[in-house]
Amino acid sequence: MSKKILVVDDSASMRGMVSFTLKGAGFEVKEAEDGVAGVDAAAAEPFDVVLADVNMPRMDGISMVREIRKLPGYSGVPILVLTTESHQEKKQEGKAAGATGWLVKPFDPEQLLATVRRVLG
Amino acid sequence: MSQVDLRQFHQTFFDESLEGLDAMESALLKLDSDAADAELVNTIFRAAHSIKGGSATFGFQEIAAFTHVAEELLDGVRSGKRAVTVDVVELLLRCVDALRSMFARVRVGAASADPASDGLLDELRQHLSVGTAIATSAQATHTPLIDDASSDWEILFRAKPGLLRAGNDPLRMFRELAQLGELGVHAHVQGIPVLDQIDPEQCYLAWDLRLAGTVKRQQIDAVFEWAEGDCELVIARQASAAPAANAARPLAAAAGTTIASASCDLVTTSPGADKPTPLRHENVTGSAVAESGSIRVNIDKVDALINMVGELVITQSMLGQLGEHFEASRLEALRAGLNQLERNTRELQESVMRIRMLPISFVFQRFPRLVRDLSLKLGKQVNLELHGEQTELDKTVLEKIGDPLVHLVRNAVDHGFETPERRVAAGKNPTGTLRLDAFHQGGNITVEVSDDGAGLNRDAIARKAIERGLIASADGLSDDEVAELIFQPGFSTAEATTDLSGRGVGMDVVRRNVNELRGSVAVQTKAGSGSVFTITLPLTLAIIDGLTAAVGNESYIVPLVAVVESLQIKRAQITRLGAGREVFRFREEVLPIIPLHTVFGCRGAVSDPCDGIVIVVEGDGARAGLLVDALLGQQQAVIKSLETHYQRVQGLSGATILGDGSIALIVDVAGLVRLAHRKQAA
Repeated sequence: MSKKILVVDDSASMRGMVSFTLKGAGFEVKEAEDGVAGVDAAAAEPFDVVLADVNMPRMDGISMVREIRKLPGYSGVPILVLTTESHQEKKQEGKAAGATGWLVKPFDPEQLLATVRRVLG
Repeated sequence: MSQVDLRQFHQTFFDESLEGLDAMESALLKLDSDAADAELVNTIFRAAHSIKGGSATFGFQEIAAFTHVAEELLDGVRSGKRAVTVDVVELLLRCVDALRSMFARVRVGAASADPASDGLLDELRQHLSVGTAIATSAQATHTPLIDDASSDWEILFRAKPGLLRAGNDPLRMFRELAQLGELGVHAHVQGIPVLDQIDPEQCYLAWDLRLAGTVKRQQIDAVFEWAEGDCELVIARQASAAPAANAARPLAAAAGTTIASASCDLVTTSPGADKPTPLRHENVTGSAVAESGSIRVNIDKVDALINMVGELVITQSMLGQLGEHFEASRLEALRAGLNQLERNTRELQESVMRIRMLPISFVFQRFPRLVRDLSLKLGKQVNLELHGEQTELDKTVLEKIGDPLVHLVRNAVDHGFETPERRVAAGKNPTGTLRLDAFHQGGNITVEVSDDGAGLNRDAIARKAIERGLIASADGLSDDEVAELIFQPGFSTAEATTDLSGRGVGMDVVRRNVNELRGSVAVQTKAGSGSVFTITLPLTLAIIDGLTAAVGNESYIVPLVAVVESLQIKRAQITRLGAGREVFRFREEVLPIIPLHTVFGCRGAVSDPCDGIVIVVEGDGARAGLLVDALLGQQQAVIKSLETHYQRVQGLSGATILGDGSIALIVDVAGLVRLAHRKQAA
């Protein structure tokens, strides 16, 4: 069974790049376009990894991580925030909200795959 | 390792970035008037941030570097360290413009930066350095820990309760360490409670780790980077250069106490802190910015289309079954099936058309900025109202209606509105209202541009028209008829052309542009209280309602919107002007007769106007009579371009395929009428 990954980002191009890369590596991918949709998607079915953009309309990534972590079955599930180098503080905010770690933008497909494989062990 | 071609995401990235810039611009414009609204600032910031992230990801370093600097300014605004001044808004608006043109350039494969954006970058930096300066660089220059990659390391690691819950598995970290060098692990199990008190989500263990080999401190830090805060951690160089083989001994006998007192400070270094790529000066001279033809479609529209196709497939299979064992008794079923097919086809056609439809807000959204800039420059006070922004138009129409509308809006602000002093003197509100309104009317879309300015100056228009020889005298002409004269070629009332409206483009070009979209434009004006310009446009360019007429052995289609009336004329109505040129009396007017058979060279057609049918048509504000043999009926025609399949032909706007498979040509009424009147004048 291939691992299932939830990709939450309000940017269609980033979402496209991330999910194309992950699908190409054999993962099953679902997309959501903001925090609210992300929480809904996570509540609807289990995922093995969640990738969360920080700056999003309706609900930002940090709040979303906090919400998803509270959902049944999401304790221990790797959640990575996608943040930029210029916002170091977001890494810690993400951690405090329950994120496993982060992936610093810009990243290329190989860095993405390496990080996802890393959290999947 | 998979090779992903990032170029496939460029189009989406460009589209969403331009949308982001639009959102930034409209938020900035709102910020202008009602001071710092946190939500607006957030919107602006988010858009800039996304563009920065995306452009760095997709390899547009110059855009990323530019946005990075603009974002710093925004960050100051967001955190309240920098006040929202008119200057800051103005500067950010110019950044939006600069980014738009950078995107336009990278879109066609040119280098994004230019001297203009470099200049702006300097201004931004200047802004950042003066005033209540925020930290000039978001990245504190980090001196990476330089340590010799040698020696062996001792690591104390104790998980806090949250470690597992956050998804950080110690086992994963140990595996990563084991890849760096030779790893020895000793676990402390004293912390494990009795079975019925165990919380499966909690980690009760602590470890002594010993790592031997050429390992840098940063490499170890990287492994534990995510665990910071969820563990107690001490990383130290091994005191003795003892071989790693006997590493698996407890580092501290009373591990529990020593570890607890140990600090869990982790030195986080940011690997390869990014430096903004220096911008290159590269001149791209007036590269034609070709818009690529992609379209973003709401998923609902696509779903509707798929539904339609589903129904079509059902109808098709039903008809197929019917055809296999057909007998006369099933004629009724066949008829029902064909009716259903017709309905499916029409619905399918409509949904396909709907895919090309976009809301007019795409055009309207540029006006708040335009009106703001113009009125500031001219010292006028104008309040812009937008209505019916969700009204949908065909994408092609939408792209081409922008310029005429910009012209009307510029004209209104430049010539239509009085200065605030004059308005007050005339007993009006010093702030004028410019209203843009879009709505459906019948099978058309109407767009109105109305102002409550001074109205068109009848005397000035009449004087100019007489001067230009367009009319002999304005006596007996209504105000609207005089106003109509401004659409005549070569007409311009601006006494001294300002640099705003006087761009050598007159209202005649507005009319021609609108006519090319098979639409029309008209004006109504009232001295002292303003003008209304009304543009009427067809819903789509791809299909027209037409009147099919026979000329010799051929069929021609006359667009129904242009048809005034069709009639048989009597000999007495006709006057011969000379070699094949005839006019006829139609009510109070005298109209030229255009025999289609001579224009298009058809054989065997009726040549005597009294034997055929004359279709009175109107195009470009003038009328004429088209002579055809007979009328065949009225039908919808899907326009096929002649230019793509053959070449442009004067007097024709396209071709279509009739129900029997034959081809009919579609008459370009405006073109023919222009031709006839030019001939008549000659």
